[in-house]
Amino acid sequence: MTVTSLLRALLGGSLIGLAATIALLGHGRIAGISGTLGRVLDDDGGRGFRLPFVLALIAVGALGTLLAPHSFGAAVRSTPVLALAGVLVGVGTTLGNGCTSGHGVCGISRGGVRSIIATLTFMVTGAITVALVGAHA
Amino acid sequence: MVAAISGAVFALGLVISGMTDPGRVTAFLDVTGHWDPTLAFVMAGAIAVHAPLVRIVRRRTAPIFDSTLHLPKRTGIEPRLVVGAALFGVGWGLSGYCPGPALVSLGTAAVPVLVFVAAMVGGIALARLAVR
Repeated sequence: MTVTSLLRALLGGSLIGLAATIALLGHGRIAGISGTLGRVLDDDGGRGFRLPFVLALIAVGALGTLLAPHSFGAAVRSTPVLALAGVLVGVGTTLGNGCTSGHGVCGISRGGVRSIIATLTFMVTGAITVALVGAHA
Repeated sequence: MVAAISGAVFALGLVISGMTDPGRVTAFLDVTGHWDPTLAFVMAGAIAVHAPLVRIVRRRTAPIFDSTLHLPKRTGIEPRLVVGAALFGVGWGLSGYCPGPALVSLGTAAVPVLVFVAAMVGGIALARLAVR
């Protein structure tokens, strides 16, 4: 890791913390991506936050692809493995009520014990997985 | 509008910090190999900004565009929480994608990301049916 990537990590992280604050202050919502995506179309009064939030994520990704294509690294695993990983991420974040953002950033920022336990758990199983199969194919 | 701004700033943060590069994420989890601490600094930066601000926002009785703060009500540590987080970690370690970077990377329209996100949405739908 270089000084540049360290500074970018801190700057990018700060923006994520700012975005989570905007979501809470504006709409009273947690900027947890898995839950926001999972309930994106639920008709419970939260759709007005979730749908524009999710669409903005994708739109910035499309814009970033045009302006800074090198920001998007190549997939590290074959497509069938990615399909399996996608199912695990979808099932796991739904059962565990959150992912890196909802638990790792928002929950830990609130001092939530559930989020601390969830974050430690997915970091440990993630590290075990990479130890077993390697960091890339 | 505010929701879209929040999503856009969130996505910008992920792109700037390098989290839309799955190889950088698996390198963070590669603690027994060539460990890359970038992700730890991203989380630290996010928490350093959000933790103090969340305390200020919670003093309000309501957010600006809603009548109440929708904070999680669960407090127990059930098996479901740990099992779910454990499964998520395996998928995260396999792919280098968690839901945020995967959705942002959907903007590249690359086939591997499309497949990952489709499978993730399928997994979410499956689990929602199971726990309903």
